[in-house]
Amino acid sequence: MMTTARPFIRGAGLACVLLLGLTACGSSGGGASDGGASPDDVRAALAEGGEITVWAWEPTLEQVVEDFEAEYPNVKVNLVNAGVNTTEYTALQNAISAGSGVPDVVHIEYYALSQFAISDSLTDLTSMGAADLEGAYAPRPWAAVHQGEGIHGLPMDFGPIALYYNQDVFDEHGIEVPTTWQEYVEAGRALHEADPDVYIGADTGDAPLSTSMIWQAGGRPYTVEGTEVTVDFTDAGSTAFAETWQQLVDDDLLAPITAWSDEWYQGLNDGSIATLVMGAWMPPNLESGVPDGAGSWRVAPAPQWEEGANASAEMGGSSLAIPSASDNKELAYAFLDYALAGDGVQTRVDAGAFPAATAILDSEEFLATEFAYFGGQRANEIFAESAANIREDWSWLPYQAYANSIFNDTVGQAYVSHTTFAEGLAAWQAESIEYGGQQGFDVRD
Amino acid sequence: MSTSATTTRPVGTHRSPAGRLRQPRRAADTARQPRRSVPLTLLTGLVLLYALVPLVWLVINATKTQESLLNSFGLWFSGDFAFFDNIGDTLTYDDGIFTRWLLNTVLYVVLGAGGATFLAVMGGYALAKFDFPGRRAVFAVVIGAVAVPGTALAVPTFLMFSKMGLTNTPWAVIIPSLISPFGLYLMWVFTTEAVPTELLEAARIDGAGELRTFFRVVLPLLAPGIVTVSLFTMVATWNNYFLPLIMIKDPDWYPLTLGLNSWNAQASTVGGEAVFNLVIAGSLLTIVPLVAAFLLLQRYWQSGLAAGSVKE
Repeated sequence: MMTTARPFIRGAGLACVLLLGLTACGSSGGGASDGGASPDDVRAALAEGGEITVWAWEPTLEQVVEDFEAEYPNVKVNLVNAGVNTTEYTALQNAISAGSGVPDVVHIEYYALSQFAISDSLTDLTSMGAADLEGAYAPRPWAAVHQGEGIHGLPMDFGPIALYYNQDVFDEHGIEVPTTWQEYVEAGRALHEADPDVYIGADTGDAPLSTSMIWQAGGRPYTVEGTEVTVDFTDAGSTAFAETWQQLVDDDLLAPITAWSDEWYQGLNDGSIATLVMGAWMPPNLESGVPDGAGSWRVAPAPQWEEGANASAEMGGSSLAIPSASDNKELAYAFLDYALAGDGVQTRVDAGAFPAATAILDSEEFLATEFAYFGGQRANEIFAESAANIREDWSWLPYQAYANSIFNDTVGQAYVSHTTFAEGLAAWQAESIEYGGQQGFDVRD
Repeated sequence: MSTSATTTRPVGTHRSPAGRLRQPRRAADTARQPRRSVPLTLLTGLVLLYALVPLVWLVINATKTQESLLNSFGLWFSGDFAFFDNIGDTLTYDDGIFTRWLLNTVLYVVLGAGGATFLAVMGGYALAKFDFPGRRAVFAVVIGAVAVPGTALAVPTFLMFSKMGLTNTPWAVIIPSLISPFGLYLMWVFTTEAVPTELLEAARIDGAGELRTFFRVVLPLLAPGIVTVSLFTMVATWNNYFLPLIMIKDPDWYPLTLGLNSWNAQASTVGGEAVFNLVIAGSLLTIVPLVAAFLLLQRYWQSGLAAGSVKE
């Protein structure tokens, strides 16, 4: 320590010099110059080359970036994992507020798109060529990237829901795989009676899951017209969800384990959690995180709220968007086009992603894919059917990320206390309305 | 953790033999041979267990494959002995990014914690041994700064640094790490005790300049305090999470804390690969340097803790 004191003086001096030198060269801020560019401008930008930064946590993009750089050697793409969902949104919000460090392309889930679009933080892609992509994507994700006027991102993947279940556990106890939610409750009861260590599902309160269930049941708690917003969790769909989950929680049929935790993976591996309701993007996670379940798990259509119906909803799904503060929008769009409408789509599908592009969704090859993990099952057929049956007209709040963050303090109470789901939803509604009002929206119930 | 650390020496005992003779018998016993107390021993044992169990858990689980991790009892070995595979995979996964994170962390610690220690030593010495106007004000500011958690300053610092264009560079982590109010305060108190003013006067009379006095006379005397402060700042920088989290977005500049967290997050990322075994092996590798530093610097550290508790 003592002998190294001298170099430290130099180090400290250097730091001060840098500090003084850099105070003078602030960033140029983030003025927005929305849209306006044409497909020709995009092609010109691609020919000219340059460097763009992409914030995304989607692992399949690594290969896409490599291929893109190989095809266009004069373009450099810095792919940065700036965190998953809310972590990244916070970082993006910080960068936008600070006016520096904003990426050229950013990965945003559908539920969070509107909060960035509404503050004009995203570029309208219509004139750059996105207008010609009508029909290139499944209807739901295509609707999701349209925020009021304009197209604020291109769909990357989406999550039609399905029921993933452990066939071996059901066979062992001679229980039928449920096709309605009422059967699901009964199957849960039968499983738990047959083996007290086995639960039909695991849930400690999960906003994406609950909103998906309400969506599938036909509930429409949110409506958004410009800045006029309604939040109403008293409709039939929301009530159906509340009643069913109330039964599951009252009878202790759900394992009190939070999704994605280590304990959750453990339960999936040892067969104590028998089913999952997740989006069609789940298989790669099962393969890497639940190796013991290989060959045991299968996919089925999500249980129905009405006997014989085929209603579906979405859970998760995301887009790539271009922040208004990017100063390389044309090149950024060229990358978007390649990754989400060009060769990149197939690359991502080969790596296990579930695409939003109809060219793939409708292709024989895709539908005929046999999943070794699911014992050779053609799972994509079930996913594609679910995708076709997603109920229309669902909207997210323009501040959904915040609403989701308070879910566990409100509805989450129903899992751990005497609060009922109906009361929990009412509390969630009240707090969402209050926050929306503070943010300058005209919110009613 | 002040320098007047309590010892078991009863008040009034003295180191001179004459003093000892005058002591009542029991006090002499406690000074040399403390009585054994069963409840205290049990309590210490419990605390020791509490501190060691996580470490033991980490070592045990670093030997398991991902499958055994998820289907075996946590506090005992199970399945194949995969320790060396795990370490190997940790170092090679993602093109060996772990090594890069390790080197980043070392860089942040050497420059950040090293610089913080050096500044604290210089500042502490100046405040302890020089009289200048505004000294009391400095004291008030330092004490105030100790009370402000670093996390509270992270966001304002981010906004300031982004104006300077320093975010997403190593400087964004190193520069804030250079400031350690607690270290300054500790060095100040320590210097007051450990450096006799007479010695400084003697050095000046002998014609040594201020810098020479500082490096040749003062620094050796301060060694225990310097080690104490450098351990503090080193641990703080090594484990720093929030500051790099908001400052750095480029994985190439991540410290280990952020890197391991991003690996852990893969399990909850759509299409991500769960790598629990690498997170655990990586965590084990992450604490090895800290453990080594503590073991190597223990001697100084202990004398530093007890300094000033006895009037020589």
